[in-house]
Amino acid sequence: MNRKPEKLQRSLLLPVAARYLMPLLLIFSIFLLLRGHNEIGGGFIGGLVAASALMLYAIAVSPAALRSLLPFEPRSLVAVGLLTSLISGLIPLFAGRPFLTGLWLKTEIPVLGKIGTPLLFDLGVYLLVVGIVLWILLTLAED
Amino acid sequence: MTSFLLSLTGGLLAALAAPWLTRRFPKRSGWLLALAPLGILVSLMNLLPALRNGESPSVSLAWAESLGLSATFQLDGLGALLAALVAGIGALVLIYGGAYLSGHPNLTRFYVVVLLFMTAMLGLAVSANALLLFIFWELTSITSFLLIGFEHERPAARAAAWQALLVTGGGGLALLAGFILLGNLTGSYEIPQWIAQKEVIAASPQSTAAFLLILAGAMTKSAQFPFHFWLPNAMEAPTPVSAYLHSATMVKAGVFLLARLLPALGGLPAWQGLIPWIGLATLLTGALLSLGQADLKKLLAYTTVASLGALVMLLGINTPLSVKAAMVFLPAHALYKGALFLVAGGVDHAVHTRDIRDLGGLGRAMPLTAAAAGLAALSMAGIPPFFGFIAKEVVYESALGAPALAAWVTALTILANIILAAAAGWVALAPFWEKARKDLHPHEGGAGLWLPPLILAALGLVSGLLPELAAKNWIAPAVSSVLGKPYEVKLSLWHGLNLPLLFSLITLLAAVLLYTLRVAARSADADAWQHLARFGPAAMYARGLKGLLSFAALQTRLLQSGYLRVYVLFITLFTVGMALPPALLSMRALPPAVWTGVRFYDVILVLIIVTAAFFVVRATSRLATIALLGAIGFSIAILFLLYSAPDLAMTQFAVETLTVILFVLVIYRLPKFSRLSSRPARLRDILIAGLGGLMMTLLMLVVSYHGQDSRLASFFMENSLPKAYGRNVVNVILVDFRGFDTLGEITVLAIAAVGVFALVRGAAKRKGERHE
Repeated sequence: MNRKPEKLQRSLLLPVAARYLMPLLLIFSIFLLLRGHNEIGGGFIGGLVAASALMLYAIAVSPAALRSLLPFEPRSLVAVGLLTSLISGLIPLFAGRPFLTGLWLKTEIPVLGKIGTPLLFDLGVYLLVVGIVLWILLTLAED
Repeated sequence: MTSFLLSLTGGLLAALAAPWLTRRFPKRSGWLLALAPLGILVSLMNLLPALRNGESPSVSLAWAESLGLSATFQLDGLGALLAALVAGIGALVLIYGGAYLSGHPNLTRFYVVVLLFMTAMLGLAVSANALLLFIFWELTSITSFLLIGFEHERPAARAAAWQALLVTGGGGLALLAGFILLGNLTGSYEIPQWIAQKEVIAASPQSTAAFLLILAGAMTKSAQFPFHFWLPNAMEAPTPVSAYLHSATMVKAGVFLLARLLPALGGLPAWQGLIPWIGLATLLTGALLSLGQADLKKLLAYTTVASLGALVMLLGINTPLSVKAAMVFLPAHALYKGALFLVAGGVDHAVHTRDIRDLGGLGRAMPLTAAAAGLAALSMAGIPPFFGFIAKEVVYESALGAPALAAWVTALTILANIILAAAAGWVALAPFWEKARKDLHPHEGGAGLWLPPLILAALGLVSGLLPELAAKNWIAPAVSSVLGKPYEVKLSLWHGLNLPLLFSLITLLAAVLLYTLRVAARSADADAWQHLARFGPAAMYARGLKGLLSFAALQTRLLQSGYLRVYVLFITLFTVGMALPPALLSMRALPPAVWTGVRFYDVILVLIIVTAAFFVVRATSRLATIALLGAIGFSIAILFLLYSAPDLAMTQFAVETLTVILFVLVIYRLPKFSRLSSRPARLRDILIAGLGGLMMTLLMLVVSYHGQDSRLASFFMENSLPKAYGRNVVNVILVDFRGFDTLGEITVLAIAAVGVFALVRGAAKRKGERHE
């Protein structure tokens, strides 16, 4: 079982590239999330891209480095994501509409575009996907 | 009515405040919390004049309008009678419980669950919608479960709680099925609608099935034979709970339900043909089984079973007189039986035993408890001028009017009543006034322990002395609402010389005889029926439960082998079995396939996929397998891209990438790559895999053909932008049109992640333990 090579000469290229790629990819994932309603993208894809970006960093540098970079536990992200989606469904109840009805703000907001509960729902999916992938993969990586 | 409904939230608010109150006023918390049910009672009293005039105020709240459901609350005489008992006895039980469980670490939990139960029970009393009623019904079952298992460290308490939940919960499912049948039949879940459409119900062949299902619900809840066994076991609960739930209120829910539905279903031939006999059987079973009990609470429990049987019998006889008798007997029983349970608890609290064979001589040291016991017992024995006497007279009168075999019904009712009257003396007189057989050192408890039973017992006396007051305010409105027409109730102690009076006299004389005989044979009869229990329904329940559990174990061993390959096998086989036959059947309707617009890169991609798939199964190293699977995955992603599904393609790319990372992380942990399957096993796998492939192919063909005439695609295309403000139809479907599905899926994902985490962590832990 202990075939894991103890100390390979690490390539310098990957860690350095990962440091710059990760924030770019994260921004890209948010871009995907936000444009999802009109163009190709969405919370699920965005979440997968963000998780890949973070895992790239974990593999290139180290899982511990990623942990220290994250201000939260991945599993709490799962809970927050699920709750966000649930709350986005509950909001219309207070407006007297059925559960999960999409409610939109009348005015458009610069950069973000039209804001409504479906976007919040998608944000929940995004957070949940990031949380799940990181949770499982980091657990495996650290084990 | 609205103000009454608002007052019901007082119970919930009290439940919220209970933890703080218990900490702040440890000695007085019960008295303070009792203010909530008292407030509800006052608010109910305010509605009494309206009820007396035959009004039944109602409030309808929007619930799920798209399903045509509204939460309709309606207070009528029947509901008011039950609500008054629930709130009134609830207040006394909170006071009593505070004293009885004083210093108990879980006193707060007692308060909270009792208050929640009370609110659910009040909700039950005022529900005019069957589904609403069902929800409250189940809530009472659940709170009852929590209260029976209050002392959850004891295995007996846990087993009893479980039993009560399974029996009443099973009946609850039957009840729901019955409600749904009636709902489909009448097109409404409003009980007044059912009553209005009783001819429609009677004409339908489904009505008997619905009736039997509803009856099963009522029988389990009200502990009717053969489901009576859970009630004596429920005596594992603390005594205030037994007094409140398992004697005075919750077990009356089944009786209440029958009374509530009597106007709608009472005309069915099965009603009069079946219910009286169930009630009579329960009455006799409870009375006879009570003979062999030495534990005060168990004895009371069996007499409660008997009384519930009497109530069900009366409603089954279904004459105006018997309905009146039921509505008189119901509060009479709640008053004296509640008091007797509280007395039993007081005795237990004072001398730490409930064994009748040991008890005696408590009267001098506990005069107030003894007084409560005496008053309640006299009412239970049916001695004038107590309310129990009036109740017994009308019960006898209605038994004489039974639809069939009236003489037998009456004789058996008298027999049961003799035993019950003797039991009253046995429970409430013997421990106080017979000679003690042990040194018990009794002492009177605080006011919280003797006042509540004394109030209940005294109410039995007052209602007996002033029967017109009870009749006018409570009984007449209740009878009128069950019968569906104004009904004048006259109650009096003296009816003249008639048959019921003669029966009462016989009952009393025989009971006195039985009592003296039992006192003489005091030590001999404890659990005299024990050897019969092997054949009883309780034993059948135990066998059934055991069978169910071993069946569950068997199918778990069969299906949950823990091997991934077996799971894949089962899942594939099941899916093929379910989907292949319909796919084959609809193949005939399909036009012959036409090859259109095949491009050379389609062919190349398909070739890559097929070739890679072929080599995957023949690969001899894990790395090669992973690489080949990756080739398949990316080719599929490109196919998605080519056939204008960029979202899917992107997702597929991201998933493939993450899969590679996943493999990198686990590849070192996996055992050596080798072939373990035998040749026949490989042939079997090829067959199953082939079937799976065939099914998917056929499904795709069917779906793509039928997809053309589906209105769904065009609906989503047309409405995506105007209704959901999004041009990406796929995403709009995911987050808006079918958002509920997505919510379910992400919930499943989250749960699966928890499972994976537990597995990985568990495996790591086990490995760590092995290494140590």
